[in-house]
Amino acid sequence: MRWVKSIAREVIGLFVDDGSFAAAILVWLVLAVVVLPRVAPAAHWSGPALFAGLALILIESALRFSRRRTKKRRPARS
Amino acid sequence: MIIGLGHLEATRLGTTLVAAFLASLVECVEALTVVLAVGSVRGWRSVLAGAAAALALLAAMVGVLGPALARIPLHRLALVPFHVVQLVAGGLILLFGLRWLRKAILRSAGLVPLHDERAAFAKEQEIIAKKAAAMSEANASAIARWDKFAFSAAFNVTMLEGAEVVFIVLAFGAGGAGLLLPASLGAVAALLVVAGLGLALHRPLARVPENTLKFLVGVLLSAFGTFWVGEGARLAWPVPASASRDLAILCLIAAYLALAVCLVPICRLQARVVAEEN
Repeated sequence: MRWVKSIAREVIGLFVDDGSFAAAILVWLVLAVVVLPRVAPAAHWSGPALFAGLALILIESALRFSRRRTKKRRPARS
Repeated sequence: MIIGLGHLEATRLGTTLVAAFLASLVECVEALTVVLAVGSVRGWRSVLAGAAAALALLAAMVGVLGPALARIPLHRLALVPFHVVQLVAGGLILLFGLRWLRKAILRSAGLVPLHDERAAFAKEQEIIAKKAAAMSEANASAIARWDKFAFSAAFNVTMLEGAEVVFIVLAFGAGGAGLLLPASLGAVAALLVVAGLGLALHRPLARVPENTLKFLVGVLLSAFGTFWVGEGARLAWPVPASASRDLAILCLIAAYLALAVCLVPICRLQARVVAEEN
């Protein structure tokens, strides 16, 4: 049954490799699904607002990774 | 007007087929690399049997799960409203797609090493050769008849990558009526293409531009996921009232593609700035 565990691990790994990135997406989705339809149910910007939040999360996560990875590769000069 | 709506419906079905094909292609290529590595070291009979057994099990799972999902009129039973199905499927596709897109952006920016099928093949061969060397003479004679190790290695990798393909197909299929068939066709086409190339070439498909594929699939999955979550939450899209709402999918694909293409040089530039600061 080791392969069942491996599959479970792989399936979770399909969705999560950076915990904070996945958490930010989930939090934004919950907020967007709960708040946006109440604030502006028929506003044409509610769909694009969902995209804009996800785009910001992607930008922040990619830039954070690139900053962290570069610092890790080249430790600060004392 | 009818022609216009039909065209958009065809676009949605076509995009689902292409996205499922490309996503499945990546997974199939990864499985093929391991299967070839094991086969080249341990012989082909048990390896092919292991891969075939896993494929048969996966086909049985899809055969049972797929029609069952398609037949359950969740929205009519009102047990699980259809918009909830769209929300859950859209959320999972978003987590999956944005993760791929982020990784593809970072790889394109040179911050994460590119996946190299040749290197993966060589590494896998080395691991298997070490295990084979550790086996006793008695076990070595058994290899000629039935190689349990080769069988289980091929079975495991085909099950692992195949389970990912099944998820991709089910997730695409759950997003809307009639999408399960094009998603399944895309996955089967990818399997046939990769298996055919593997049989013909007998070496890993190193020339498949895996990161470009992941980049494109990440864009497509993120766009689909965003659309389905939006539909599930009943959000509005800025499309003309006379046009189908599916037009929003094409706009989302264009927006995600533009964002990802712009992010690559931005990440590269930021890495350079941080390196200079240090």
